[in-house]
Amino acid sequence: MVIAVAAGKGGTGKTLVAVNLALALHRAGLETALTDADVEEPNGHLFVKPAISEREDVTISIPRIDEELCDRCGECSSFCAYGALATTPARVLLFDELCHGCGGCTMICPLKAISEEERVIGTIERGRTPEGMGFTHGVLEIGEPKASPIIAAMKERLDPGVVNVVDCGPGTGCAAMTTVQGSDVCLMVTEPTPFGLHDLLMAVKMAEELGVPSLVVANKDIPGDTEVKRFCAEHGLEIALSIPFSMETARLTSSGINLVDTGEEWQRTFYSLYERITPMVGRGSV
Amino acid sequence: MKQLVVLSGKGGTGKTTVTASLAQLLKPVVLADCDVEAPNLHLLLSPQTDDSFPLKVSRKARIDPDLCTACGACAESCRFGAITTGDPYRVDAFRCEGCGVCGFVCPEEAVDFFETDGAQVYRGMTPYGPMVGAELAVGEEASGKVVTRVRMEAQLTAHEAGLPLVIVDGSPGTGCPVIASLSGADLTLIITEPSLSGLHDLERILQVAEHFGIPTIAGINKCDIVPELADRIRKRCGELGIEVAAEIPFSGEVVEALRGRRPPVGNVPPEVEEPLRRLALVIEERTAVATG
Ligand code: SF4
Ligand code: SF4
Ligand code: SF4
Ligand code: SF4
Repeated sequence: MVIAVAAGKGGTGKTLVAVNLALALHRAGLETALTDADVEEPNGHLFVKPAISEREDVTISIPRIDEELCDRCGECSSFCAYGALATTPARVLLFDELCHGCGGCTMICPLKAISEEERVIGTIERGRTPEGMGFTHGVLEIGEPKASPIIAAMKERLDPGVVNVVDCGPGTGCAAMTTVQGSDVCLMVTEPTPFGLHDLLMAVKMAEELGVPSLVVANKDIPGDTEVKRFCAEHGLEIALSIPFSMETARLTSSGINLVDTGEEWQRTFYSLYERITPMVGRGSV
Repeated sequence: MKQLVVLSGKGGTGKTTVTASLAQLLKPVVLADCDVEAPNLHLLLSPQTDDSFPLKVSRKARIDPDLCTACGACAESCRFGAITTGDPYRVDAFRCEGCGVCGFVCPEEAVDFFETDGAQVYRGMTPYGPMVGAELAVGEEASGKVVTRVRMEAQLTAHEAGLPLVIVDGSPGTGCPVIASLSGADLTLIITEPSLSGLHDLERILQVAEHFGIPTIAGINKCDIVPELADRIRKRCGELGIEVAAEIPFSGEVVEALRGRRPPVGNVPPEVEEPLRRLALVIEERTAVATG
């Protein structure tokens, strides 16, 4: 089973929900793995402190042009959809950061002047937490623009036999989409500010387009606030869990202490969240 | 004309609040909301939209089922796993990166390409100066392109209006849109918060700024939440020679102002406003532009 934890924007408490849910399930005896797919800012490890036992580089194939063979015909650069190649009278230039590694230029070169080499764009690290929970995260190299290949590689390695809690990157761009796609259910974490609602709507639309059913977790909830509740009712969204705003919670999580470590009650709360999720599994349209 | 880019390693650190305050304090300025995946600045600054235009940002492949003979060549060549086999073959638009390889290899010319809606770029007027922003269509990627376009429009607007400063509200993270927000900037302001994740993300975003060689200053928001961690941020910035130009305490009134969509300056307590004013002065000095 794959439970994606997403949010239209950062800072809503996505990691808080993912980490506590995963820990609660693991402690309840379910075989659980936490995957931190927020590869630009992976923070999950700060909360579960895993020992990393495996590292694997993620690479893309980028072209290497043999200047002896190349006659500067320009076919490669006019093919490249991303403007990663430029043909000058003297040579063909490659702008590494723009290349998606599609392989098109290699294919198209009439003189077979292009070969490919691997370029590391990030790393996947796997291990277990001190209490034995599975953990994986991906780290994008600094200055590297594309997260999707790393996320795709991480998703290929998910074990379908366990409960996978996947912390997605923020937003509704390609990285979040790649992560949510194919999940059984998506938990949308929101906070009761106008920002939160605006972005929640975007995120829900995204999950809908991907055919993944979503449930809402209202974080930093304020008593009497009905904005989020009204919004969810209007859009037919079920609020599966509400986490009240408290200075104490903010302090704990800022210091890397998990809610489930502070008492039985949170452990039960997050386990019941799981119980609300399970009936949704298989309800997706894809 | 100078460009200040406001960044935060992660979302939720108060970057938009700070950007809105700076607009109020340094006005008139041109604002560029480059947080295109979750644009929020307009909620605080309420621009009156003057005009907007669609921007096509990416192309996708499409297979004509009448022409496709299910030979498999396209699926074999697509490195993004975007083609699902079967009769007929299909393109998964979410995965397709529009590279064009499938069109090149297809012997039946069954593949064509179409432009997706992409983004809507708008120009508007706020009480503090012109603003440019964009809404990205759901699931749209290549937001780097959109960011570049928004910044370009903002620069043009600044030239036309003779305004000396463009404030760019950057994207969270360290990926493509951030890189597009940063290139060519004159000064980066990194907004951080005292949490373990804030500290971790600060390191990453500092590396990005360094990678591009842009002068950087920092601001600590909610600096009193975990004082020990605020100390660590100060220390780290000190080691790297980065000035901490503002320390803004946590205040429930900021949250209230946001909830009411009120711009911060004038609606938050003095202990929050004072560091914001100091920050505006530092920025004025560092960008050495005369503002009104
Ligand atoms: S297509 Fe081949 S020969 Fe032509 S410019 Fe590119 S590398 Fe050189
Ligand atoms: S591999 Fe693809 S993206 Fe990279 S340079 Fe060649 S054509 Fe362009
Ligand atoms: S355009 Fe490129 S990414 Fe899209 S389906 Fe064709 S080969 Fe795959
Ligand atoms: S290469 Fe062309 S004909 Fe062959 S499966 Fe793909 S679309 Fe169909």
